Amino acid sequence: MIKRSFLGLVNPRLQYNLVPDSVQELPVPNKVILLLKESKNGAGASTLKVGDGVKTGQRLSASPDSAEYVISSVTGTISAMAPYVGMQAQKYTAITIDASGQDNWDEGFKNEPSLDTALKFFEYAPGSPCFKPFADPEKTIRTIVVNGMDQDVLLTANQYVVKNEAVDLKGGIEALKKITGVERILITVPESLVQQGSTTGGEVKAISATYPDSLPHMIMKNVLGQVVSAGATPEDTGVVFVSAEAVAALGAAFGSGQLRVTKLVTVVGKNGKTTNVRTRIGTPLRDVLQACNVSLNDRDRLILGGAMRGAATYSEDLPVEPRTDGIVVQDEADSAQTTDYPCINCGECIRICPVKIPVNMLIRFLEARLYEDAAAMYDLECCIECGLCSYVCISRIPIFQYIMLGKYELGLIKTAEAASA
Amino acid sequence: MNSEKKLVVAHAPFWHDGSKISTKNYHIMIAALPAVLWGISQYGAPALAVIAFAMACAMIWEVIMNIALGKPFSIGDGSAAVTGLLLGMLMPATAPWWLIVLGTFIAIIVGKQIFGGIGFNPLNPPLLALAMLVISFKPIFDFNEALRHYDLGFVMTYPLADLKYFGTGAIAKFSLGDLFMGRQAGAIGSTCSWGLILGGLYLMLRGYMRWEISLSFLAGVFITALLFNLSDSAKYAGPFFHLFTGYTLIAAFFLVPEDSSSPANFIPMLIFGALAGLMTVLIRNIGIYVDGVPFSILLMNLANPLLDKIRPKAIGKVVENA
Repeated sequence: MIKRSFLGLVNPRLQYNLVPDSVQELPVPNKVILLLKESKNGAGASTLKVGDGVKTGQRLSASPDSAEYVISSVTGTISAMAPYVGMQAQKYTAITIDASGQDNWDEGFKNEPSLDTALKFFEYAPGSPCFKPFADPEKTIRTIVVNGMDQDVLLTANQYVVKNEAVDLKGGIEALKKITGVERILITVPESLVQQGSTTGGEVKAISATYPDSLPHMIMKNVLGQVVSAGATPEDTGVVFVSAEAVAALGAAFGSGQLRVTKLVTVVGKNGKTTNVRTRIGTPLRDVLQACNVSLNDRDRLILGGAMRGAATYSEDLPVEPRTDGIVVQDEADSAQTTDYPCINCGECIRICPVKIPVNMLIRFLEARLYEDAAAMYDLECCIECGLCSYVCISRIPIFQYIMLGKYELGLIKTAEAASA
Repeated sequence: MNSEKKLVVAHAPFWHDGSKISTKNYHIMIAALPAVLWGISQYGAPALAVIAFAMACAMIWEVIMNIALGKPFSIGDGSAAVTGLLLGMLMPATAPWWLIVLGTFIAIIVGKQIFGGIGFNPLNPPLLALAMLVISFKPIFDFNEALRHYDLGFVMTYPLADLKYFGTGAIAKFSLGDLFMGRQAGAIGSTCSWGLILGGLYLMLRGYMRWEISLSFLAGVFITALLFNLSDSAKYAGPFFHLFTGYTLIAAFFLVPEDSSSPANFIPMLIFGALAGLMTVLIRNIGIYVDGVPFSILLMNLANPLLDKIRPKAIGKVVENA
């Protein structure tokens, strides 16, 4: 944790971790848990049963025409299927597969770069790319940004990929061009990796190493010169963001004919020591922590993601997902405590907000649960969710939590209005 | 998938820069110490009694309010102590005990607690108390009368009173050096200019008091006094005189940048400070009060919410035309 500096004249600046550690390959775990998202049309006839044998790389879905699927990362048998509810009330089916230890690769993957193949096999790739905007007739995508920089502090997985897997990245960018038909592909890298970035075939753009300049909204503003309006996504303005790890997975898959089923995770222990590990998707967190010798006790925080935007989770039996970029373990003594003190109007949050939201007024409206006024008058929807306001709040208000709650509640209000309209 | 270990599920971000309200208030008290110690060394035990009693009364009133409202004790954040300290610094050394009780009642309860506590006060608490006491008990705050038994080796008439009633000829006997070094009559904590400047610089450099407000207030006082002086130097004193006398310096560094009653955006802070400085000198030169600081700052506190609307548009904000 970076403490307040002695001289208070300059805004505190959090820096990204620019030194990717070398990768430790973890062995195949005894069992993996894959989280299959519930289809939008509700539970169809499930083609998966407990006892089914699965092969590595096999596409598993609830029904043959379902858009949601998982890619099995091990060869083995399904030992359990249970419902699971994740963040923001998203429903999943948790498929537990007992691994046999050997890899028997599935033949279903067709090695031809097309949008259909991408939608059918790569939505579950490590790095969680999303190809749905390309199939959406209402959106015209003109630019793809491959983000070679990690979005959160402490993490280095994407930078490792740019530094050490540039060949796969190159293959992935070529595949992207064929799959999507988009000609303009940018790759954003920190200054130290511009050399490696220029070998990938994408248009290299250097971004600063200060948090939160690697977040999509900031890259849109600083690199592309386009500002994403409040409530819109970059896809609405014609730009799709993909992580470097996902593109490298694409390149490796089309190059070797085998889907990539491992994820690069930065594990941060209590003393701040970082390790990069490559592990099968679906590995329980317990196995990863044991392999890195990270101890976890009662009242600690087990954070999936980075220290500023990650999500604390309640169990080490939960799995590594394709979008798990980091695992941070924080001791109780080091954790940031929040209080119920009111805002004292010191203005630290205003000075540090990257998008100039008047956070001191916004938090008052959010605490009073006036979400529509907060969005209309005090720019709730402009927030890029960096967490810096809570980082500097002298009253220790959980501002980020209020903002996320406000956005969620506002979304519910809007869907209720749309349904009754 | 429930493990035996009880992990804490909190929300991002998981880092904090370590700042606290209590840390800030303790540093404000430390910064005020040079001026306070100087005042106590000049006026002796009565001054110490006033300061200590003011701090204690402020904290006791806050505890009484916490109990009456059924809220947890809030004196741990140090804001009541700071309010008491600042109010004590604004009083003459001979202030009677009941004045301090009444003053801290106004500052803590009327100025802060009835609005909801810390962070909700629209007006500056110590200045609100000072303004009400000055209007109600004018003779006690007439420094010439309050300090008439003191002879400390320098000119003991109150500089601003001399200026208002006798013009600039009467203040020629105050050298700027004396005023700067604290050899002037006045309130306990507002005479030691170098001590206040030192404390103010410390707070601004450490980031505890917003320099935009402090410096724009001083600039407002300086420029307005300069303009008045240039127009008629027989009636109006020079800018440095106005800076080093009265409550100017203690207001600039400790009172005007009070968090809740001052704006938080950049341009509003500059306007707030400059207009407060302007009003101070206007009241001093063409108003009836000897020192205009309490009233000018309270007036600008009322303008604070409107001033805070002068802010840049948020990035990404979609402005829908009516």
